[in-house]
Amino acid sequence: MILSVHGLRMGFASGFANTRKVLVAVDAIDFTVRAGETLALLGESGCGKSATALSLLRLLPPTGRILGGEVNFSGSELLQLPETEMRAVRGGGMAMIFQEPATSLNPVLTVGRQIGEVLERHLALSGEAVRRRALELLDAVGIADAPRRLNEFPFQLSGGMKQRVMIAVALAGKPKLLIADEPTTALDVTIQAQILDLLRRLQAEHGMGMLLITHDLGVVAQMAHRVGVMYAGEIVEEAPRDIFFASPRHPYTQKLFAALPDLTRRGGRLETIAGQVPALSAMPSGCRFAERCPYAWPRCRDEAPAWYDAGSGQRVRCHLLAEPGRAVALAPDLAAAALARPAADVALLAVQDLRVHFPIRRGVLQRTVGHVKAVDGVSLELMRGRTLALVGESGCGKTTVGKAILQLIKPTGGKAQLEGRELSVLSRRELRPLRRRMQMIFQDPFASLNPRLAVGEIIGEGMSALGVEAQHAQRSAAIAALLQQVGLAPTSVDRYPHEFSGGQRQRIAIARALAVQPELIVCDEPTSALDVSVQAQILNLLKALQDDLGLAYLFITHNFAVVEYLAHEVAVMYLGRIVERGTVDEVLRSPRHPYTQALLSAVPNPRLDEQPEFIRLAGEMPSPANPPAGCHFHPRCPQATDVCRSAYPPTSRISATHVLRCHLYSEAE
Amino acid sequence: MTFLPVLLWSDVLIWLLVFAAAVLGALSARNPPLRSAWRRVGRSRPGMVAATVLAAFVLVGLLDSLHYRPRLESREGDQQAVYAIEVLSVLDAVATPLRTRNEKTYSSPLATRAYAKEAIEVRAADGSLRQTRDFPRLKYGGRHLENEARRDADIARQVLVAELLATLVFAGLAVGCAALWARRNGCSVHQAGRALWRGETDFAWRAVLATLGVLLLLLLPVAALCVDYHVFGTDKVGQDVFYQILKSVRTALVIGLVTTLVMLPLAVLLGILAGYFRGWVDDLIQYLYTTLSSIPGVLLIAAAVLMMQVIIDTHPQWFATAAERADLRLLALCCILGVTSWTGLCRLLRGETLKLRELEYIQAAQAFGVADLRIILRHILPNLMHIVVIALVMDFSSLVLAEAVLSYVGIGVDPTMISFGTMINNARMELAREPLVWWSLAAAFVFMFALVLAANLLADAVRDAFDPRLAGSS
Repeated sequence: MILSVHGLRMGFASGFANTRKVLVAVDAIDFTVRAGETLALLGESGCGKSATALSLLRLLPPTGRILGGEVNFSGSELLQLPETEMRAVRGGGMAMIFQEPATSLNPVLTVGRQIGEVLERHLALSGEAVRRRALELLDAVGIADAPRRLNEFPFQLSGGMKQRVMIAVALAGKPKLLIADEPTTALDVTIQAQILDLLRRLQAEHGMGMLLITHDLGVVAQMAHRVGVMYAGEIVEEAPRDIFFASPRHPYTQKLFAALPDLTRRGGRLETIAGQVPALSAMPSGCRFAERCPYAWPRCRDEAPAWYDAGSGQRVRCHLLAEPGRAVALAPDLAAAALARPAADVALLAVQDLRVHFPIRRGVLQRTVGHVKAVDGVSLELMRGRTLALVGESGCGKTTVGKAILQLIKPTGGKAQLEGRELSVLSRRELRPLRRRMQMIFQDPFASLNPRLAVGEIIGEGMSALGVEAQHAQRSAAIAALLQQVGLAPTSVDRYPHEFSGGQRQRIAIARALAVQPELIVCDEPTSALDVSVQAQILNLLKALQDDLGLAYLFITHNFAVVEYLAHEVAVMYLGRIVERGTVDEVLRSPRHPYTQALLSAVPNPRLDEQPEFIRLAGEMPSPANPPAGCHFHPRCPQATDVCRSAYPPTSRISATHVLRCHLYSEAE
Repeated sequence: MTFLPVLLWSDVLIWLLVFAAAVLGALSARNPPLRSAWRRVGRSRPGMVAATVLAAFVLVGLLDSLHYRPRLESREGDQQAVYAIEVLSVLDAVATPLRTRNEKTYSSPLATRAYAKEAIEVRAADGSLRQTRDFPRLKYGGRHLENEARRDADIARQVLVAELLATLVFAGLAVGCAALWARRNGCSVHQAGRALWRGETDFAWRAVLATLGVLLLLLLPVAALCVDYHVFGTDKVGQDVFYQILKSVRTALVIGLVTTLVMLPLAVLLGILAGYFRGWVDDLIQYLYTTLSSIPGVLLIAAAVLMMQVIIDTHPQWFATAAERADLRLLALCCILGVTSWTGLCRLLRGETLKLRELEYIQAAQAFGVADLRIILRHILPNLMHIVVIALVMDFSSLVLAEAVLSYVGIGVDPTMISFGTMINNARMELAREPLVWWSLAAAFVFMFALVLAANLLADAVRDAFDPRLAGSS
């Protein structure tokens, strides 16, 4: 037993000196981690996962307070240690990997220096020994050309490499316990798969304990030995992984599984969890999940449930286990699958050979020395009432495509036509009437609403700019109707964005786009900043709106589960070009392009049995300023041949709808 | 009419600023985010202490910004009223005893005799005149005393009475405040008083009351004594130092506030234009402010002020009174200070606008085809306001200090205008003489320190309240 936590409580002081109180964020949690074991702490944002990890290291923010409990780490009681001894524990006893590799390395120190710092502090190495050990560590985390990398600065490394260096720094002190706080959330799926692989291997080699904090059931399925589910500052369920995935017992866990979108739920509605995690200042006295639980009865609201042992290492904090009779099977909330709309003949949106190049300027005179080819010849078509998903890793230019179609960025070349009308040649004035017909929903619901405007003003902005519903009374009525349509109370008009949660804000953003009655909506990763249960609500809403209003979506995402659930067609982008395009079944069930295949295999699957073998891709996406000659994908492609290095592959057609660009198939033709 | 109102340019600007502050207050009362930010300022205890002290300074400054020319006693037969060429303010009228009772030269605080010996004639007991060399009695300081030995007792008595009065006034204020709070919250005055005492109120009433109490305890005795004595002594020409201090407050406030009025439009407009449009507009504006900020500020100010002085000297017909002339020079100083100090805020606003324009709500507005000007007014400007407010309050204190330095160098306000800078400049020579004349410098220092410290503390509280990163923590 490396770590055993008993009754740990921590909170945040809030308010001014005259009204100060402590809001409890983590309430009496117990867990243990053994050597060589991974415990995954799973939960939505705001459930106290990161606060738990930081309390273990006693690295709390200035307002954080540890209120009680015991943290026993390999024989010593951490909460009693003086600060000087605590410094030996941090990095030497337990080390932490943070979510954002870009900000967790110091940008002005070389990689070697940052690893060396830990070695000098915890292993008392110096001089040449530091350098040798640092090289070994970089090799261990799979960084090629380690001697050169040792003298490089973080800005010279890619995101995946930074995370590897971060892991090397964490390993340098030979910790017994590794705390990984969402280690792959900021990374692309192919890189995520590499990093998870690395973590598993290192853990097995060093026999470390690992505390993995995540919100992703797919990551849990791959990594964990045991799982603890956190909700509102408590652990509500704890079980070994196999039992956890086979029979989750807590209603919250069950709901989390049910809210995941995938192909089997296509056409139906996703299960959602009503409401949201209670605020720290208004924590219910009974079961904390009671407000959102479909089974809740009065006992749940009055009495906080104790642990119930469900056998074989599974324990659950729920009254249902004491009164199993209550767990009546509720009718699943699945509406009948909506009828597929007949596709119209004329494409609503037709894009041909769209290019967006950003000039690179250098020198005193700012001369153009090259171009970043963010989008380099993209063609696609979208019918009325259909959804086209544009998938790809970050930096492949998918968001730029969306913005170029809406003329928010001037395209360098190519055509974008809305029902036959060419958009890129229009002036701002001529474009304005067409803006009514196409709108955009953005990724970050916190950045997409002006914090200084009331909800009514935000939604009314497009109406007034485009002259929809000019009369004041009519506009107010329209805004109220829109709010109802996206599932918000009409009384919200006078409230401000900061009073709403992430999911509610995204609803407001959707209402804003709908206000001008568009036919096409470009959705730029609208759910990637949201928790699983909220993501399900937004996806349901988007689906219902499409069925009711016949909207066409250009859905930009990197999440394949969402694609499976929502899209009709898929286009996979790599480095500014579409490499494979087809219907959902064609692309996701029988992917042809090696990149699509690798991408799909890297997605961690939240079910234990279905994980396909991971196709390892070498390296990371090259810079669009300087794409490789020939097929852009050939440096990473496991099946690359000579022809791939010299020529960009032509279009090959597998079926009427399935198109891809790869030499493997052009030869067969 | 027994007086002719005079509206100096700086008065116009000051009252314009008061009006603007009122409008801003009304606007922020209607805008919930701003209202809650100001509420946070109200909850901060150091902030409210500073605000109370500043309010006292502002009151003095505003009283000193209502100018008039008194009517002269007209001789019989004169049809036309004749007004004095001296321009007075309401503050001058209130402080008439301070203004008019000039001694011959230096006298130390609360003295009854001058600071230097003179040859004086004393009538001996037998009636003969005898010349001696002694410290002469002051003309006004302690004149009411028949026996100089009773000076200390007299001062003690006056201070005691004033302190008693201060206590009474403070008690009245406290009870009034409690009653008001009780009425608003619908509880008994007793409960309200207890809440006030324990600091449980949302607005930091306790801090405000405590500051008022301290101010009353300090200032009422001064006010009581200054009628009969020179509380802070007199300067070289025998003018009361306390009076000079009171007059300096307005100069400091004008410099601190009117300069921002000059600087603000430049900084906000150019900063937003550069950040929003980028390209050649950005290049041009950046070129402008890098050039401007690479010229040594003092040199630029000296050149401009000296040029202005030449213009003033060659056009005496423009000015009816000396006060108007001094006022013009003050405004010129404000303008040139404004021109040299907008670059910092402009750079800050440009950077923030560059960040904001990439935000998704701006892009959403662009996707609706909203006009650029409207995007700037609705989306960018309101989201920059916190920076503007913070910069304003922080610049205030640095400008007050800058005035002192410039006047010391000799390129500040008109020599006839009393300011902290001219006071310090005059006092500098006195530091070299023996015995030392310290009170002029000490008084100027203490009051300027109080003003600048209060402004800085308020700036701190305002920054904490308006900083969006800290706003969520309350």
